[in-house]
Amino acid sequence: MLTLARPVRKLARMSTSVVSTRPPSRVASVLAWSVVAVAGAGALGFLALSRGEQVSAAWLLVAALCTYAIGYRFYSAFISARIFALDDARLTPAERLNDGRDFVPTNRWVVFGHHFAAIAGPGPLVGPTLAAQFGYLPGVLWIVVGVVLGGAVQDMVILCASIRRDGKSLGQMAKEEIGPVAGFTALVAVLGIMIVLIAVLALVVVNALKSSPWGTVTIGLTIPIAMLMGIYMRWIRPGRVLEATAIGIVLLVVALYAGRWVAEQPALASTFTLSGQTLALLVMAYGFAASVVPVWLLLAPRDYLSAFVKIGVVVALAIGILIALPPLQMPALTQFTDGTGPIFAGALFPFAFITIACGSISGFHALIASGTTPKLLERERDARFIGYGAMLMESFVAVMALIAACALTPGVYFAINAPAAALGPSVQTAAEAVAKWGFVVTPAELEQLAKQVGETSLLSRTGGAPSLAVGMAHLFSHSLGGSGAMALWYHFALMFEALFILTTLDAGTRVGRFMVQDLGSHLWKPIGRTGWMPAVFLSSAVIVAMWGHFLWQGVIDPLGGVNTLWPLFGISNQLLAAVALCVGTTIIVKMGKARYAWVTLLPLAWLTLVTMSACLAKIFSPQPRLGFLAHAHMLQASQAAGTLPAGVKTASDLARMVANDYLDAAVTVFFALSFIVVLADSAREWFAVISGAKAPRSTEVPFVQRPAVAGD
Amino acid sequence: MRLLSSSLAARVADVGSLLRRIIGAPDYECYLAHLAAHHPEVTPLSRDAFARDALARRYDRPGSRCC
Repeated sequence: MLTLARPVRKLARMSTSVVSTRPPSRVASVLAWSVVAVAGAGALGFLALSRGEQVSAAWLLVAALCTYAIGYRFYSAFISARIFALDDARLTPAERLNDGRDFVPTNRWVVFGHHFAAIAGPGPLVGPTLAAQFGYLPGVLWIVVGVVLGGAVQDMVILCASIRRDGKSLGQMAKEEIGPVAGFTALVAVLGIMIVLIAVLALVVVNALKSSPWGTVTIGLTIPIAMLMGIYMRWIRPGRVLEATAIGIVLLVVALYAGRWVAEQPALASTFTLSGQTLALLVMAYGFAASVVPVWLLLAPRDYLSAFVKIGVVVALAIGILIALPPLQMPALTQFTDGTGPIFAGALFPFAFITIACGSISGFHALIASGTTPKLLERERDARFIGYGAMLMESFVAVMALIAACALTPGVYFAINAPAAALGPSVQTAAEAVAKWGFVVTPAELEQLAKQVGETSLLSRTGGAPSLAVGMAHLFSHSLGGSGAMALWYHFALMFEALFILTTLDAGTRVGRFMVQDLGSHLWKPIGRTGWMPAVFLSSAVIVAMWGHFLWQGVIDPLGGVNTLWPLFGISNQLLAAVALCVGTTIIVKMGKARYAWVTLLPLAWLTLVTMSACLAKIFSPQPRLGFLAHAHMLQASQAAGTLPAGVKTASDLARMVANDYLDAAVTVFFALSFIVVLADSAREWFAVISGAKAPRSTEVPFVQRPAVAGD
Repeated sequence: MRLLSSSLAARVADVGSLLRRIIGAPDYECYLAHLAAHHPEVTPLSRDAFARDALARRYDRPGSRCC
C-alpha cells in the first residue's frame, strides 16, 4: 500500500509543478478558480436574498462546496506555507519515533479516514437540526463561513503544533506554552465539558427511544453484538478485526428486523415500551458497565463498528441528497430569530452560534488533532489535507443534516422537535400549536407519518435524532425504494445515530474515569491505580453520577431538557475551541510569527464574543425561559404560593428543578471563569513576547532532514 | 495464473490493512514488517499477545472521543 502510494504522490507533485510553470495552464487555473469563486458567491447570494419561494438543496450544496474549495486551496495553503512552513524534507514524529505501534508513518488517505472517523460523531447531525428553528440561512452561513475561518483553522493549527512537538496533547501544550495555571484549568474544564456532552447525548438517545419498542430493541441489541465481536476477536479468531466487524455489520441488519418483529408482537412490544426515566437508568447502567468491563469486550468492538458505519452513512447520506436534491421547505428565516422559538430559547445572536458547534468549530477536535493523528503522518505537508480537509468534510456532514431537517415541512419539523409543554398531549393539540406559530400540519398527517415510520407517535422527540431520521428516511425511500421501506430507513438512521452516541458515551465515561482517578490520586495514592477494582468502581460511579444527574434533570424537565442542556454543551464546546485557539495563538506568537496571529485571533475574538454573550444571557437574562436564575426565581415564586407550574408533578420535583437551575448557572459560571483564566494567562504571554520582555522561543523539536533516497 | 491469483491475494491484503488502519485496529502485519526491517534481533509477539497489548495501549491512557 505504502510503497505503491509514494511514487503516485511524487508523480502528482511533479505534475502540479509542471502545470504551474506553464503560462497557459496558469491562466486556465486562474479562470477555473474564478468560476468556483463566482459560483460559490452566487449561490450564497441567492440563498441570502431568496424570500418566499422554495429553494432547491442544490444551491446550498454549491455554496458550501465552492466555499470549501476556495478555503482549502488558498487559506489552508497560506497557513501551511506562511505560518508553519510545513516542509516534506523534515522528518515527522511517525518517522523519527517509528515503533510499529503508536508512531507509524501512514498513507495520507488512511490518516484522513482515521481522523475523520475520530472527529465526526452525532454533534454535526444534532446541532444543525436544532438550529433549523431559525430557518436554513443562519445555519448554512455559520457552518460554511465558520469552518473555513474557524473550525478547520483550529484543527490544522493544533495538528501542526502537535506534529512539531512529537505528538504532545492539547493539555501538555497549554501547560508548556502558556503556563501551569492555564494547563490545569484546561484539564478541569475538559472534564466538565465531557460530563455535559455525555449527558446531552444520552438525553438525545432517551428521547429517541422512549415509547419505541422497535428502536429500543434494535439499539439494545447492538450491545450483545459488540460483545460477540469482542469474544470473537479475543478467543475464537484472535486479532481478526475485519472478520468480526463484517459479522457485526450483518448482525446490525438482523437487529433492525428483530426490532420490527418485536414491535409487531403486542405482548413483547409492551415489555419494551419504556418511559424516559427507565431508559435514563438503563443508559447510566450501560455507561458504568462499559467503564469497568475490559475494553476488548465492549469498547473496542463498538469503536470499530461505529467507525465503519460512520463512513458508510456519510457516503449514503451524500448520495441520497444528490439523487433527491430535495426542495427546502423551511423558510430562509423564521420568526423565531427573536428568541421565542419552542425548541430552545434565545435569539439568533448568540444562540445560533452556540447551537451549531461541531460542523463549524468544535473544541473537541483539538483533543483528537493532538492525540493519535499527529503520530501517524508520514509527511508534514499532509497536515493540511488532514487537519483542514477532514474538518471541511465534517462541516459538509453538518450541511447535509441541515438539508435533511429543512426538507421536512416546517409543521412536521416543529411537531417532532418542540417540547410536550408547547405541543400538548395529542396530534390535535400539536397541530393547533403549530398553526399558532404560522405553519401548517394536520393531525391526520402527523398520525400518518408516525405510522409510516413504524412508531405510535413522533411528537416532542426533541434532540434532532428523530427528525433527522425522518428526513433521511424521506430521502432514502425516495431515492432507494418506495415508501414501504420508510420505517426500516427511519430505524436504521436512529440506530446509527444511537451507535455514534453510545460510542461517545462509553469511551467518554472511561476517559472521565481516568481523569477522576488521576485527580483523586492527589488525595489518596491508591485511587490512581487503574487496575485496582475498588478504585475503578468508585471513580466510574462518580463520573456516571455526574452526567447521570444532568441526564435525569433533562428527562424530568417538562420543557424536554434539550432546551437547557444543548446550549450548555454548545457553550462548553465553543469555550474549549477558544482555549485551543489561545494555545494556537501562543504557539504562533512564540514562533516569532506574531504578524500572522490574526489567523487564530479572528475566530478567537468571535468565539469570545459569542460564548460570553451566551453565558451572560443564560445566567442573568430576566426571561425565565432563557435565564437560569430568572427561571429559578419563577419556580420559587410558585413554591411560595403553594402552586405547581404546568407539567411539574410533585413539590419535590419542583424543589429539585430549582436546585438544578442554580447548578446550571454555577456550571456556566465555571466554564466562563475557566476560559477567562486561560485567555488572561495567554494574553500575558503574548504581550510579554510582542513587547520584547520575553524572547520568542519556539519549543519545537529540532529539524531533522529526511535522508536522500536514491531516485528521490 | 498463479501470478494473477497471488497479486489478487496481495491486493486483498492491502485493502484489509487499509481498512484496519482507518478504524484504528491493531495491524499485526505492519508490526511484523517494522520489526523485520528495523529490529531483526527482537522476537515478535504472537498475534494474540500483540492484539492484547495494542488494546491496552490504546485504552489504558485517556485518549479522546469526539461528539
